[in-house]
Amino acid sequence: MRLTGAQALIKSLEMEGVEVMFGLPGGCILPAYDPLLDSSIRHILVRHEQGAGHMAEGYAHVTGRPGVAMVTSGPAATNMVTPLCDAYMDSIPMVCLTGQVPTSAIGTDAFQECDTVGITRSVTKHNELVMTAQDIPRAIREAFHIATTGRPGPVLVDLPKDVLQNTMEWYWPEAIDLPGYKPTLKGHPRMIREAARLILASERPVLYIGGGILKARAAAALRELAELLDIHVVTTLMARGAFPDSHPLCLGMPGMHGNATAVTALQRADLLIALGARFDDRVTGKVAAFAPEAKIIHVDIDPAEQGKVRRPDVPIVGDCRLVIEELIREVRNLLSAGEARADTSAWKQRVSGWKENFPYTYEPSEPGDALKPQYCLESLRDSAPEGTILVSGVGQHQMWSSQYWRFEQPYTWVNSGGLGTMGFSVPAAIGAKVGRPDATVWAIDGDGCFQMTAQELVTASTERIPIKVGILNNSYLGMVRQWQEMFYEERYSEVYLSTDLPDYVKWAEAMGCIGIRVESPEEVQPAIDKANEIDDRPVVVEFRVDAREKVFPMVPAGMANDDILLPSSQNKDLLR
Amino acid sequence: MSLPDHHILSALVENRAGVLARVASLFARRGFNIFSLAVAPTEDPRFSRITIVVDVESAPLEQIVKQLFKLIDVVKITELDPRTSVERELLLATVSADPAHRGQVVELVQIFEGKILSVGVDLITVSLEGHPDKLDDFEELLRGYGIVELQRTGRVALPKLDREARVRALKGKAS
Repeated sequence: MRLTGAQALIKSLEMEGVEVMFGLPGGCILPAYDPLLDSSIRHILVRHEQGAGHMAEGYAHVTGRPGVAMVTSGPAATNMVTPLCDAYMDSIPMVCLTGQVPTSAIGTDAFQECDTVGITRSVTKHNELVMTAQDIPRAIREAFHIATTGRPGPVLVDLPKDVLQNTMEWYWPEAIDLPGYKPTLKGHPRMIREAARLILASERPVLYIGGGILKARAAAALRELAELLDIHVVTTLMARGAFPDSHPLCLGMPGMHGNATAVTALQRADLLIALGARFDDRVTGKVAAFAPEAKIIHVDIDPAEQGKVRRPDVPIVGDCRLVIEELIREVRNLLSAGEARADTSAWKQRVSGWKENFPYTYEPSEPGDALKPQYCLESLRDSAPEGTILVSGVGQHQMWSSQYWRFEQPYTWVNSGGLGTMGFSVPAAIGAKVGRPDATVWAIDGDGCFQMTAQELVTASTERIPIKVGILNNSYLGMVRQWQEMFYEERYSEVYLSTDLPDYVKWAEAMGCIGIRVESPEEVQPAIDKANEIDDRPVVVEFRVDAREKVFPMVPAGMANDDILLPSSQNKDLLR
Repeated sequence: MSLPDHHILSALVENRAGVLARVASLFARRGFNIFSLAVAPTEDPRFSRITIVVDVESAPLEQIVKQLFKLIDVVKITELDPRTSVERELLLATVSADPAHRGQVVELVQIFEGKILSVGVDLITVSLEGHPDKLDDFEELLRGYGIVELQRTGRVALPKLDREARVRALKGKAS
């Protein structure tokens, strides 16, 4: 069967089970948009290519399936760099298709030419410039395979216009021939036994859980392990939802803005069982002072993570789910063979004491005072339908979201962790809603973030994707303001945006959304109720909140976790 | 020039467009320094071998190897210990050699078992293949006559064979 390269591309995407893609056409990718008209694949037309990338990420976050974005060459490809880097940092499976100038024009500085594979090399797991139409099915098959296996990540396929126009003989590669790519899935049995022994001998163990648990679909296995051994679980920003917040063993988020219990549990532990976590600087604080007494079991599918930051005592390369299952089996074997379990009761009591004394806290506003952002989040949380997916941008609102929400199920939290991409939430929420149309999707955004990508609400309105956006408008780049207040002697430099410019309600309405403004505590609940009832179009609720509010606790950048700053109402002496 | 603590990495890579750029950009991005680099196809046209000499402490070396191995096109990486590998390099040099000194230069080339490639009125181009340390010595001695141009290839290396390994290598696919 003779097909054009473009037809082969669309057919290959269908073969990979793609149901939806996000994109925006242009010169060089035009040939691919023609066969798309006859395809079952739903295409969502974005307003800016960066939006297509973040939508693909949001979709991948909540479904576990690779997000697909398709854009043209040159400026479209460079607009895709941010989402690619974001997906690379957070290990999000994503396939990005870019148009390229015809092969004969490559290297001539042709109109809308750029070195896409060169530019994206360091922000993709892999990329390829396809030089003949005959290679398209192989390249697409490999792209999906690489994006979704091992440590997931973004893969880019660059498609010159003539390659899309030329004809080829259709085939679908049965096998994948990548001699240099064989991810290790099964952990080494000796290491797993070693890990099981360390766990049983530990008096102060903590499970340190990263986003890898979610990528490995290992939440159920994790719960079994935690309950079997009765070990506390710390869920990093990327792992929120991997273990239910309501579970008595859950300590929540560690790190720079984590709660004091989670931070201190890591610091005082004698054993960290790190599962799919990468010892990020936002978790460790000053590395030399991180968890000084702890031995480390490090399970990760990426061998390069072992020893990158902290040398593990027991490194285990493998898929988290498979390794946890083996670990459970090994622990059971050892216990039934009479191996003793160290006494963890004193530790558990200590941790419970911290939990009691160090909840997240803020001072509620006095009547007539400005609205507190934390109060808005608590109200949103308490009114959210079960299974609501929360998506956030980057900054103070992101930290409050992680702190004050209660995550009970995996894949209900979407955020930009590694790269910290402002403007992530609106497009990512659209992608999430497309992937999970049955779920309520709330995007919590800051006013700074919202202004970066808000135009995608036009996409949401036209495509009937009814997301809900809550803007915590504090008129500032809030996190920057917090740092300037705390570390630059309140010298506020280029950080004030505006309270009423833009007019968020009018802007929302202009984009086909319902816009609601909330200025006082008594308006909060009615606005949220109204937003939750609307299901035929996007809603934007602007909460005008107190600009002076800061995120606490906080471990200042570069400091040791033991130097954690607590809210003034809490007594650090009790953290022993 | 002599590198007592260098590490030699030998990477077998798929012979695809851009693979050298991938390796080079990985070194740049992770802040690793390349001392020398040599690339050429192997006996199997699907693969090339990249020999990289890096100048690092042993801890980041582990990171370099692991990060390199994450590249899809990299099939295999071996660290070659200088004590148990054979290393070779090629040097080309054009040296000032007026008739009065030409004999001395020629003699030097003969002592080192090099070759004379081209002779001009007062210049001479010579080549030497050998262990990089030997090339260092040769270069040092040539310098006295005035080196006009010099090009070295960067080292290539393979593991030294013991008798058992030699039998295996002859039978199996060298990769």
